[in-house]
Amino acid sequence: MSAFQRHRRSKRIIATFTGFEADLLRSLAAQLVELLRNEAAVPRDHVDPFEAMMDFSGPETEPDDPVLARLFPTAYPSDPEASAEFRRFTEGALRDGKADAAIAIIDGLEEAGLPSELTEEGLMIDVELDEPDAETWMRSFTDLRLALATRLGVEEGDEAVWAAMPDDDPRAQAHDIYDWVGYLQETLVHALSSR
Amino acid sequence: MGCVSAAAPVEVEPEIVPDESTKLAQPWVTIVWNDPVNLMSYVTYVFQKYFGYDKKKAEKLMLEVHEDGKSVVSSGSREEMERDVQAMHEYGLWATMDKQAE
Repeated sequence: MSAFQRHRRSKRIIATFTGFEADLLRSLAAQLVELLRNEAAVPRDHVDPFEAMMDFSGPETEPDDPVLARLFPTAYPSDPEASAEFRRFTEGALRDGKADAAIAIIDGLEEAGLPSELTEEGLMIDVELDEPDAETWMRSFTDLRLALATRLGVEEGDEAVWAAMPDDDPRAQAHDIYDWVGYLQETLVHALSSR
Repeated sequence: MGCVSAAAPVEVEPEIVPDESTKLAQPWVTIVWNDPVNLMSYVTYVFQKYFGYDKKKAEKLMLEVHEDGKSVVSSGSREEMERDVQAMHEYGLWATMDKQAE
């Protein structure tokens, strides 16, 4: 299984992925970008079209989608007005930052040789990141893991439940992917912490 | 550094002691909450990187989050805490802010 490490001489952060792994990572990152870009936090249907066009400010209420609600938590749990204000000024920038980070993963994999359609068998992708890029990947791995965990309903100390699930259960397969991204992130944190 | 021959006037720095006024000037805190997803190593890394805490302090705060369910990770003005909460959200940590408990 692939893992990140710091190259001894160049000090860059490196990892080698199989074509399948790189393709999977790209698809997760692409889904996150789509989610971040598509769902407006506030349903806009009832809004006057002119008003909607003139409204450049951000959303004020918690997103409907549980993944987005976890990615953009309410800042003041006991003060709805202050929370709305905080959200209006921060959520847009946070969304853009998270989408840009996921796109950096997609671009990084493609620059390292992942074709837009994976057909070739036995393809290996060598990724080499400088420190800022490695940090961006590390942050985005968190977002991917939060998204997968929210969809799966992962809870504290539930490892045994997942381990007992039959292999052909799609939830078990999704959980394996969640674990894999966790492993990648763990090795990336360690690579970044080592000099 | 030059050599001072004449007696230079001595300026005494007023000693800074935290008092009621500094306490009032730091009335807000950033709280990070436990979640089942974020890795202990990652949370420690974020506390070191963003707040500039040393490894020992970052690990202590991370363990508080993990074991007590939450930890106060910084305090300051409301504007400063809004910046910290936003930064924690950038890192995917579940953070909120509140007035300093008495």
